[in-house]
Amino acid sequence: MTMFSSRNWREYPHRYRREASKFTKSGKTYHPKRLVDPETGDTEQTTVILPDEGKIVTYTVIRVAPSQWGDLSPYGLAIVELTDGTKVFGQLTDCDVDKIEIGMEVRLEFRRIQSEGHHGVLSYGHKFVPKWF
Amino acid sequence: MRTVCIVGVGMSQWGEVWKQSLRDIHTDAALKAIKNSGVDHIDSMYVGCMSGGMFVGQEHLASLLTDYMGMRGLPATRVESACASGGLAVRSAYIEVASGISDIVMASGVEKMTDVDGDEATYALAAAADQEFEVFHGATFPGLYAMMAHVHIAKYGTTREMLSAISVKNHNNGSMNPVAQYPFKVTMDQVANSVMVADPLHILDCSPITDGAAAAILCTEEIAKSLGKPYVKIIGTSVGTDTIQLAQRADLTTIKAATIAANGAFKMAGKTINDIEFCEVHDCFTIAELMVLESIGKYKPGKAGEAILAGETALDGAFPVNTSGGLKSKGHPVGATGVAQVIEVYKQLTGQAEGDRQLKSSPKIGMTQNMGGSGGSSVVHIMEVA
Repeated sequence: MTMFSSRNWREYPHRYRREASKFTKSGKTYHPKRLVDPETGDTEQTTVILPDEGKIVTYTVIRVAPSQWGDLSPYGLAIVELTDGTKVFGQLTDCDVDKIEIGMEVRLEFRRIQSEGHHGVLSYGHKFVPKWF
Repeated sequence: MRTVCIVGVGMSQWGEVWKQSLRDIHTDAALKAIKNSGVDHIDSMYVGCMSGGMFVGQEHLASLLTDYMGMRGLPATRVESACASGGLAVRSAYIEVASGISDIVMASGVEKMTDVDGDEATYALAAAADQEFEVFHGATFPGLYAMMAHVHIAKYGTTREMLSAISVKNHNNGSMNPVAQYPFKVTMDQVANSVMVADPLHILDCSPITDGAAAAILCTEEIAKSLGKPYVKIIGTSVGTDTIQLAQRADLTTIKAATIAANGAFKMAGKTINDIEFCEVHDCFTIAELMVLESIGKYKPGKAGEAILAGETALDGAFPVNTSGGLKSKGHPVGATGVAQVIEVYKQLTGQAEGDRQLKSSPKIGMTQNMGGSGGSSVVHIMEVA
């Protein structure tokens, strides 16, 4: 089942430019962008660019991987709290999977996420890289 | 609202059922439930199925399945809430009977998961997570629960032994369930030494891929009485939702949707967690059972693990959990699981659980907690002996 490429480029603002919604009343930021603040129901917002550094909130190491990531297996996945408090999900790279831990500092780099598979096109976005590199 | 009862149940054999199709296993469970209840007809049907489309390329299931049951024309509805689809089917049937629209309604669930290879099954299941911002990055379901497990371990000191003990307990219970996919016992060492799937979860922390169907007949108390068979009353039903994307949750050590659903069901039933004598919970992964027991208020945050190690949730413990074997041993055909949980509570309350897993305490009130995805939805039912 191949998806149309519109499914991919539609997300460019989130994946390529890390665009997020910052809601006026709550001051909270959400990635990806959304129309309504889930906490307050507020719709008034500005578009902000997420910071590119943060700390690992939690992680796992995928050792049984879907086939499109088979060549990367085992790979780390993490939820990272960025310096502005927003949390984002992503894959770790350039990283010894046995050394991943909660609290580890990472930066977001622009990388290829999928080469084929269900999206059917080259897909890019952020990956987390440990800051010691 | 009218009182709603369960008067009959049926299940297909769960497992890798190569010779039977989705429509076969559903028909098997549905006809068994109708026969078991003694009703001469049903007024309508709700069928829970997560992804007939991705697992067997078949949607439009409500019509297809009524046709194959020999009931063309029957009002039928398919409901979906990922792995909580079955629970939602029971709740939908409950509402139709309680409201007075129908007197006898079947709630069923089905999933045929082994017609695709493991890779496709993983992809179909992952559709219960956020496709664009989790699955896109390589997330799998064991991976998402593993991420919750790591936070729970870091915050509360949850141990490998606590997680392993859940798998050991559920396999022990499932070894006495004739329809279970994996009716054998496992040891603490076998769990701890099994293949790592997504750190810290091993393969024996994970529920399997299963073909299976389950069905229950819901009706008014007047009809239930007239049938002269054992029945139970549903006294609480509730559903809760939460963001399906883990990164958007404030606290990863608790399942908020389960808390919402449990509290809703307690309020409706006029009961508290202390009135519940046993429970079927959604142990898609060992960590899920532990977190749910805390989320529904049975144990304080971080305290479920110790209780599990102390045997409190065992068959002969103070609060038996997953007497059926749970998803871990009985199997997890995602759309059918929620219905099967209700069936186990029905059987325990009416003294019909097979073998030695029938609770000796003659319980009066039991509860089910069914969960969608990584906790994006949860359905809770409370049942009482008639």
